[in-house]
Amino acid sequence: MSTIEATSLTKNFGSFTAVRDVDLSVGQGEVVCLLGPSGCGKTTTLRMIAGLESVTEGEVRIGGKLMNKISPEKRDIAMVFQFYALYPSVSIGGNIEMPLFRAGLSAAERRREVARVAGILQLDDVLDRLPGQVSEGEKQRAAVARAIVRDPNCFLFDEPLSRLDVELRHSMRGQIKEVLSGLSKATVIVTHDQLEALTMANRIAIMRDGMIEQIGTPHEVFSKPRNIFVAGFIGSPKMNLFEGRFSSLSGDMATIELSAERVTIPVPSAVSNMQGETLTLGVRPRALEPVDSPNQHSLTGQVELIEPMGAETLVHVRDESDQDLRVVVPRHIKVIIGEVLHLACDLSQTHIFDGKGLAVR
Amino acid sequence: MADTEKKSLADRLGLKVHSGVGNAGWGRTLFAGVISFVYFFPVLWIILTAFKTHNDALAIPPKFIFTPTLENFVSVFSRAYSAGAVAQDTGFALYFFNSVFIAGTSVFLALAIGTLAAFGFSRYPLRGNDTYLFIILTTRMLPAIVVIIPIFLMFRVAGLSGTYIGVILLYTAFNLPFTVWMMKSFFDELSPDVEDAARIDGSSDRRVFFKICLPQVKAGLAATAVFGLILTWNEFLFALLLTGVDTRTVPVAMAQTIGGDIGVRWGLLAAIETLFLIPVIVVTFILQNHLLRGVTFGTVKR
Repeated sequence: MSTIEATSLTKNFGSFTAVRDVDLSVGQGEVVCLLGPSGCGKTTTLRMIAGLESVTEGEVRIGGKLMNKISPEKRDIAMVFQFYALYPSVSIGGNIEMPLFRAGLSAAERRREVARVAGILQLDDVLDRLPGQVSEGEKQRAAVARAIVRDPNCFLFDEPLSRLDVELRHSMRGQIKEVLSGLSKATVIVTHDQLEALTMANRIAIMRDGMIEQIGTPHEVFSKPRNIFVAGFIGSPKMNLFEGRFSSLSGDMATIELSAERVTIPVPSAVSNMQGETLTLGVRPRALEPVDSPNQHSLTGQVELIEPMGAETLVHVRDESDQDLRVVVPRHIKVIIGEVLHLACDLSQTHIFDGKGLAVR
Repeated sequence: MADTEKKSLADRLGLKVHSGVGNAGWGRTLFAGVISFVYFFPVLWIILTAFKTHNDALAIPPKFIFTPTLENFVSVFSRAYSAGAVAQDTGFALYFFNSVFIAGTSVFLALAIGTLAAFGFSRYPLRGNDTYLFIILTTRMLPAIVVIIPIFLMFRVAGLSGTYIGVILLYTAFNLPFTVWMMKSFFDELSPDVEDAARIDGSSDRRVFFKICLPQVKAGLAATAVFGLILTWNEFLFALLLTGVDTRTVPVAMAQTIGGDIGVRWGLLAAIETLFLIPVIVVTFILQNHLLRGVTFGTVKR
C-alpha cells in the first residue's frame, strides 16, 4: 500500500522547535503539497518522512509500517531535491541507474530500465553527458527520472521547480503532474509557490512556524480559509483585510464599522453573538467591483498605483484611513491615478475573522 | 555568439575594447610583468649561473652575456674530487631518486590517510570535533629545531635512522595535519543534498565516498598534493639528521657539495638547483588548472 501517515510529528533542533505536532496523511495516488513561507518547517517535515532527519516525537508510517527508526534506503521512497542533487561526476544515464544497483538487477536490465524512464522524460539524447553539461530543465527531468526508475512506494519532492525559469516551470508542472497521475503513488511536494501547490496538489497543507494551519483541497483553502494567515497567504494578489467593529445586526445583514466608513454585508449566524467585538473583514481583490455611486456595500478610496497584468489590471486604492486596497478590474475598465473609486463588495465572497484571527462561518 | 553580441554593443556605446592584454590595458600588464620579473630574477640568476664556467660565475660585474657550457651539469653526476684525479660517480642519480621516492610516497600516504580522516571529520563529527582538529594542528606549532633532537634519539633507538621508512613516516606525519585541514574544508563545501540522495538511493558509504564525493574534490586533492610536495621536496633539517648515505635527499647532498679545494663551486651548485627545480615545476604545471580551482574553491559557487 502506498500511503504516508504522520502523527503528531515534532522536531526540535536544540531548543528550537522546527516542526510542532504535525498530522498529515496521504492516501494512495494522492498528491499533497506542503505550502508555506521559508523557514516554516515544511522541508524538515519532508526530511523526517524521508528519514534524513530524526523524529523528536510522533510517528511516521509509510504503507502502514512504522518508519521512525528505519534508515532512508529501507523506506522504499524516492526523493527529488531542490538543487536536483545529481551526482556531478556521473553521467545522466549513470545517475538514473544509481538507485537500481541496490535492487540487484543485471547490467542489461538496468540499461533497459534507464532507457524506459529516459523515454518518458525525453532524456534519450543526453544520457551520456555529465550533469554540468545539460540544461536546467534536463537536470530537473533527470532528477525526476532517477526518482521514478526504481518504482518506489511513494515520492517526495522538495521545491522541485524553484530553480527553473517561469516558462519551463509551467511545462514541467504539467509534465510532473502527468507522470505522477500515471503512477498512482502517495506523493508529498514541498513548495513555497502557491500556484504550484494549487495546480499540482489534490490537497494542500499550509504551514506556518512549524504547524499546519489548514489542510484542504485547493478549492477549500482558497474559498474557505480557516484563519487570517491562510486567507492572506493563498490567493494572488493578496486578500484585502480590514479591521473593524461589529456594530449592529438586522436579519442576516450586519453593519461593520471600519476605521473610516461602514459597510453592511450579509454574515453567517455564528456572528450574531459577537456584537460590539472587533473583527476582521476579508475581501479578495477580484470580489471588489467599481460602481458609479456609493452604496451601503461599498468602500471608497483614491487610485494610487496601476499595475496592468495583461488580461486584468491590478489597482491600488488608498482609502480615507490610509489603508491600501487591492482591486483587480477587467482590462477594459480604464482608471486614472487620483480618481475616486467606489468599490462594491461581492456579497457572496466576504470573509469574517474573529479577534483571534479564526474564520467565523 | 554571446561574444560578438557583447562586442558590437561595446562598439555601439563607443566603449574602448582592449585586445590581447585582457581588460587591464598595456600599462598595468607591463607593471605586472616588471613585478613578476623581480620575483623571478633569483631563479633566473641560478639558471644562468648553471650554464657558466667557474670564472664567468665569479666575474664582477656579473655577466649576462657569456658562452654557455654544460660542464656543470656533467659534473653534477660525475666529477674529479681533486685536480688531476679521475672523474668519479657523485651518487647524485641516487639522491634524485631518493628525493622523488621519499617525497612522492609520503605525499601519497598523507593524501590517502588524510582524505579519509578529513571525510570522517566532515561527515561523522565527534563530540568536540573542533578540539580534535585543533590538536592535530598543534603538532605543527612547534619549531622543527625543538623536536629534531628527541625525534633523532627515538629514531636511533627504533632503528629507523637512515632508513626510507623512517623518513617517509616522518614526512607523512608532517603532511597529515595540513592535508586533513585542507581536505576537510573541501568536503565541507560539497552539497549535502547529493549525499542524502545517494543514501535514499541505497548507496553504501563506500560508494558515496569513492563514486560521489572523491571525484568532486579532485581540485582539492591536486592543490593539497602540490603544497605537500613542495614542503617535502625542499625539507632540509630533518633530512640532514635522519637520512643515511644511501637515503640522502638532494637538499642534504647539495649542502655537502659546498666546500672543497677551489671554494664554493657556484656553477655546480646552480646546476643541481636547476635540476632540482624541474620535477616540482613539471608537477605544478600538470596540475595547474586543478590548482587554481583548488585554491579558489568556495569563493565562486552556485
